[in-house]
Amino acid sequence: MASDTLNKKPVRWHIAIFLAPAVLVYTAIMILPLFSTLQLSLFTTVDQKLVFAGLDNFRTLFGDERWADSFWNAFGNNSWFFLVHMVVQNPIGVLLAALLSSPRLRMNAFYRTSIFIPTILSFVIVGFAWKLILSPIWGIAPSMLDFIGLKSLFAPWLGRDEYALTTLALVSGWQFIGIPMMLIYAALLSIPDEILEAAECDGITGFSQFWKIKLPLILPAIGIISILTFVGNFNAFDLIYTAQGALAGPDYSTDILGTFLYRTFFGFQLQLGDPNMGSAIASAMFLIILVGVSIYLFGIQTRLRRYQF
Amino acid sequence: MTNNTIKIMLLASTVLGASSLAQAEDATLIIESWRNDDLAIWQDKIIPAFEAKNPGIKVKFTPSAPAEYNAVLNSKLDAGSAGDLITCRPFDASLSLYDKGHLAAVQDLEGMKNFSDVAKSGWSTDDGSVTFCVPMASVIHGFIYNKDAFAEVGVEVPTTEAEFFAALDKIKADGSYTPMAMGTNDQWEAATMGYNNIGPNYWKGEDGRNALIKGTQKLTDEAWVAPYRQLAKWKDYLGDGFEAQTYPDSQNIFTLGRAAVYPAGSWEISGFNTQADFKMGAFYPPVQKAGDECYISDHTDIAIGMNPKSKNAEAAKTFLNWVGSAEFADIYANSLPGFFSLSSHDVKMADPLAQEFVSWRGKCKSSIRSTYQILSRGTPNLENETWNASVNVIKGTESPEDAGKRLQDGLASWYKPQQ
Repeated sequence: MASDTLNKKPVRWHIAIFLAPAVLVYTAIMILPLFSTLQLSLFTTVDQKLVFAGLDNFRTLFGDERWADSFWNAFGNNSWFFLVHMVVQNPIGVLLAALLSSPRLRMNAFYRTSIFIPTILSFVIVGFAWKLILSPIWGIAPSMLDFIGLKSLFAPWLGRDEYALTTLALVSGWQFIGIPMMLIYAALLSIPDEILEAAECDGITGFSQFWKIKLPLILPAIGIISILTFVGNFNAFDLIYTAQGALAGPDYSTDILGTFLYRTFFGFQLQLGDPNMGSAIASAMFLIILVGVSIYLFGIQTRLRRYQF
Repeated sequence: MTNNTIKIMLLASTVLGASSLAQAEDATLIIESWRNDDLAIWQDKIIPAFEAKNPGIKVKFTPSAPAEYNAVLNSKLDAGSAGDLITCRPFDASLSLYDKGHLAAVQDLEGMKNFSDVAKSGWSTDDGSVTFCVPMASVIHGFIYNKDAFAEVGVEVPTTEAEFFAALDKIKADGSYTPMAMGTNDQWEAATMGYNNIGPNYWKGEDGRNALIKGTQKLTDEAWVAPYRQLAKWKDYLGDGFEAQTYPDSQNIFTLGRAAVYPAGSWEISGFNTQADFKMGAFYPPVQKAGDECYISDHTDIAIGMNPKSKNAEAAKTFLNWVGSAEFADIYANSLPGFFSLSSHDVKMADPLAQEFVSWRGKCKSSIRSTYQILSRGTPNLENETWNASVNVIKGTESPEDAGKRLQDGLASWYKPQQ
């Protein structure tokens, strides 16, 4: 009898109750909309009525020459946008974190804060401020270049097909560099001093210490940053919209999946919105991000070696 | 304790009941609009004038931001929380609202007698049998110029294209002014103030526009490619870095007196009047050869319709009838110079620049923007593509012929009469 009561565990209601608020809120504002978007993409509107269309919207999106062109243009631009972040923002973020964690650096907190501040600014402010800075008419970029005698290097970057996207990717990198910097900074601080002392005893100091000891230890953090950058970039919209408008000019050269989705879903100027095609694009974006995150989770993260201290 | 609570609740309910009773006596009309710039004019001039004539009807003007208006309005209408009166965008945006049953037919209203068919075209079904909004105003395209700059450099107001480019050349050679203030960053100026401004002279206004809708002309025809050829020449007269110049940049450059000519829409008039401290004039798009007939873009831009689910339908009809009256036309045209009444009333305007614009109606033939009616219904959207093509042509990244061909292919891909 006594062993019976011991074996019979009481139902642990408190777990469900504690989880309930988060689960309910998350389901209501994230999961349900996600599934209704996926559902909407399988329908089409005929004479003001929703009609089930199967995969027709996706067939149009990838089969029709014009839709496919716009989609792959947006996808290509998005990939370049991501690449610039990975090549510029994240390495510089790591570098800044390494500099900040150096014990000899003075005014550490000042640099940390001032580099992080753009991250908390609104996209609207960042887009508008950079548009003004780079403006060929009122901007300070031309006069500053003139001051150091390099006026000839100035071009109306945001207005040229070949530079606009890279310029915006760099602006976005400038804004969000604080995030990789902070995450890496925290990872670097969590490396125990004994390991670094041991490395010093073995004669590994300075740059090679960073390269051989610290970098392997912060690799998991770099992995997380890469995936955050990936998800953030493929969902990006705001900066392009505030700087270049919904048509993502010049000549669609800055059109990314987010702006393409916006134009299609909500319509633009005389173009009426098409929620069904818009949902198809949103679903495609969801799948792209899902594939990217899965590759990371199953292909890369499981192979990263973690060190326990 | 409970007794007290009940007493207070009873008291509160009588007060609330009384106030709702007081409201019920007056019909309150709520106007949905995107013209948040005009809030003061509606509150101080238009609404008091209406309320003075129609005791028992109160009017509230509740605008939202222009870029969000269509989306906000659509969701309000779907949810059933939209106002009684709805400001109508021209053509398909409003037509789709009518098709969904969000706008009532208004062609039988007394006030509608004062509008011509062209004025009603922006808010009628394709066959013209039903009109669903009362036209309020149109905007006219042309060029606004800096009179002081023209006098200083010594150029005359051009009437032909040759004179136009000669004048721009002279201003450029003089060097003290940017010949023309326009940028391509925001794209729409290139199409609206560029292509659709100068275009009607080539495609002969309504003749060409209707031929395009019928499918008897194509965008690859000379009449539709030639305006691009002229736009391609504009490049040399725009300011440094025009590729990244935005619409507000262009407005500021002109009102600061740094540019001589501004390709304009008449809606700029009131803003420019307050900002610029030099004399301004206006000229209509120069014709190809001296003696050619001139055509202007006199675009139906804004109208007002009625929500069929309105609880104050009679009051709303009274208001719409008043919109068709001479009194409204006079107040509207004079408080918003640059928005010209579409009614047949003879409206006297005080603003000289507005008078200049409206005088072209007598000299030239009026047309509306070529891409607005029917032709922007499909994908790819002809209006958006025209923005893009106009910018490309000005920047020189696409030839006028290629642009015409691309637009024609796009239009033909979904528009039956062009196939």
